[in-house]
Amino acid sequence: MTVKDFIDKLLGRQTASASTAKQRLQLVLAHDRSDLNPELLAQMRREILEVVARYVEIDIEEGDVSLETEDRMTALVANLPIRRSIQQSPNGGTL
Amino acid sequence: MSTTRTILICSGKGGVGKTTTTANLGIALARLGARTVVLDADFGLRNLDLLLGLENRIVFTAQEVLAETCRLEQALVKHKQEPNLALLPAGNPRMLEWLTPKDMKAIVSLLEEQFDYVLIDCPAGIEDGFKNAAAAAREAVVVTTPEVAAVRDADRVIGLLNTQGVTPVQLVLNRVRPKMMSNQEMLSVDDVTDILALPLLGLVFEDEQVIVSTNRGEPLTLGESGSPAARAYNNIARRLQGEDIPLMDPSEARKGFRARVRQLMQTRLF
Repeated sequence: MTVKDFIDKLLGRQTASASTAKQRLQLVLAHDRSDLNPELLAQMRREILEVVARYVEIDIEEGDVSLETEDRMTALVANLPIRRSIQQSPNGGTL
Repeated sequence: MSTTRTILICSGKGGVGKTTTTANLGIALARLGARTVVLDADFGLRNLDLLLGLENRIVFTAQEVLAETCRLEQALVKHKQEPNLALLPAGNPRMLEWLTPKDMKAIVSLLEEQFDYVLIDCPAGIEDGFKNAAAAAREAVVVTTPEVAAVRDADRVIGLLNTQGVTPVQLVLNRVRPKMMSNQEMLSVDDVTDILALPLLGLVFEDEQVIVSTNRGEPLTLGESGSPAARAYNNIARRLQGEDIPLMDPSEARKGFRARVRQLMQTRLF
């Protein structure tokens, strides 16, 4: 956020369009570069959460799986806050 | 081993200034003493001839050269005022089926025997036309404007060039409007270079003289015009030649109190 964005926000004006353009581009390019559409990404996010939830108790609301790009490298970044681990093997038996 | 620099001028999106860039760079390099040929690979919708004022002088194309119905020298159209520059249209607009990557390599290797620079004007898009034009390129200049659609398409093209091993790939940011940039109503130079992660070869400010010069078929770099775009293209040519020339600063274009206020407004808070 720049000084202008900040003042615009204070005055309730729309923020300058350049920062909106940059954000939108970064998002769309992350998808273009990985060849994943938002629908596939949402499905992957659900499946990743399911798998992780078998091992640890996670805060699904807080969890976030997204694509990030820097220097033309795209990374899948998962940020999943753990409440506590589940001391059970994934197939149901206690470890 | 040929020392010719074979450079693809491409953009993905149409209308961002590929052909204007090719014409102006071609003239600028020729004026610096480099033997230069511009190859119009956009043969379906060729326009490089029109921008160079050579539209009435085309007799043969690369197609006839490869078919051996004429010699290369007969197909090359020399520029009258700047004899170091020649134009070669890749093909005839009526023969849409012609041109494969193999043909492109064949014609470029003939050109590399007698020129210092081969500039290939690439068609818009990322389909066959692009792939053919890119087949013989060693390096590339990606032309884009500070607009979301142009940057997105440039990114696709850069991805393809990377997989083809074309290197270096450098960026020309065209049609920059300093006033809009300082008002943050246009992507900044840093925004675009951050997103595309390419070295910046040049910045070209929006300049009405480009339209005037296109109307006349005389690229800006042909005259002694000090117009912003002419200076920008001449600088790009010198940088290609290895000279170290500082980039124009869009905020410098608007000096004084208001510019300073604008600069303050751009300061990042967090």
